[in-house]
Amino acid sequence: MTRTATPSQTVGPFFHDGLSRPGWSDLTGGGRAAGQVIRIAGRLRDGDGAPVDDAVIEIWQANAAGRYAHPEDRQERPLDPAFRGFGRAFTGRDGGYAFTTIRPGPVPGRGNAWQAPHINVAVFARGLLKRLTTRLYFPAEPLNETDPVLNSIDDPALRRTLLAVAEAAEGETPRYRFDIVLQGEGETVFFAV
Amino acid sequence: MSGIREYRRERATGQPPHLHPPYGSTVKRAPRRPPHPIVQTLSEVTGPGFADGWAGPDRADLTRQGQGAPIGERIILAGRVLDEDGRPVPRTLIELWQCNAAGRYRHERDQHDAPLDPNFFGAGQVVTGAEGEYRFLTIKPGAYPWRNSDNAWRPAHIHFSLFGPAFATRLVTQMYFLGDPLLALDPIFLSIADEEARQSLVAAYDPALSQAEFALGYRFDIVLRGREATPLEAAP
Repeated sequence: MTRTATPSQTVGPFFHDGLSRPGWSDLTGGGRAAGQVIRIAGRLRDGDGAPVDDAVIEIWQANAAGRYAHPEDRQERPLDPAFRGFGRAFTGRDGGYAFTTIRPGPVPGRGNAWQAPHINVAVFARGLLKRLTTRLYFPAEPLNETDPVLNSIDDPALRRTLLAVAEAAEGETPRYRFDIVLQGEGETVFFAV
Repeated sequence: MSGIREYRRERATGQPPHLHPPYGSTVKRAPRRPPHPIVQTLSEVTGPGFADGWAGPDRADLTRQGQGAPIGERIILAGRVLDEDGRPVPRTLIELWQCNAAGRYRHERDQHDAPLDPNFFGAGQVVTGAEGEYRFLTIKPGAYPWRNSDNAWRPAHIHFSLFGPAFATRLVTQMYFLGDPLLALDPIFLSIADEEARQSLVAAYDPALSQAEFALGYRFDIVLRGREATPLEAAP
């Protein structure tokens, strides 16, 4: 190692113009991507339970076939030209954020392990000196039982913080709620990646 | 498929902690539990790509976004994006935002009593070149007060957002200016314990980058996480 990694600093409260990408909260490109379209919505809360209304939520995920749109994913599964797998949304006054995306397929883990379908989530906000990362998993997914990351968390209550909650579908579009708690009761499990 | 080449773990003193009470906003937002370590998988060593222009055209000149020229000291801000081993990070997106020369953001929540500049919007973006290089033309941002503590002022800074090749390399940071007396008092800057890491956020004046009778040049190289030398496991 020859160079010092540049340290992180907070995104601050005034990022909206700099990071504004209105189209990036819909990963389906208006419904062109292959797979089951889903909606994900949730709220971000602080240690007082107050909404965090100045945060950036980013997601990164595999496509419906379980392949990432990246040169290091060399699986022989189809890439979807209409699906890039990256999204960004800002939280609103109520701490809420929302994405429209595709339910990802399972992706390989280390060794012979398979990972349950999941969405990688990153949070940036005023007061966060560096980003927080976590994962969203889907409820009632059989592969959750053997997912290496979920199973590395011993406490079932903590493990549950990574599980989205199914809500009433919007027409034929399944909806999931994924609230993120930065601190205190119900604090989401965040990762050291 | 081949084994996973992990990205190097962060050096604790080279990054800020989540909880840093002198920066008051961390107190209710920093998680209480330490982060849960996970092994890196395809999910962490992949990330979005920008080589095909997905993010739209470069906006490298922040001095020509309005009808006329913004007020302030024009600066050329340039450098390279590298990894810890000095390898360039090509074709990655840099997003940048800043306040104007008077210390005011064009943002509804910025109520600082300083003038807005109708000719300065304060946001830019570029995709790095083949050698990781980038270049912006902008104006030097001003300092501004904030309510973190009595009579607190943020040093002049420019926000940078970078992706690098993977979810693991994503970085949002701030760039500062050499010689700013506010740096010694700023809890956000001082949240980084390691002096060398902290100073890496300070851009140096670079006469070679300056353009005669036009703009001062500042160099800011950004170093993203490097990779472990070999895959930690053989291919299955």
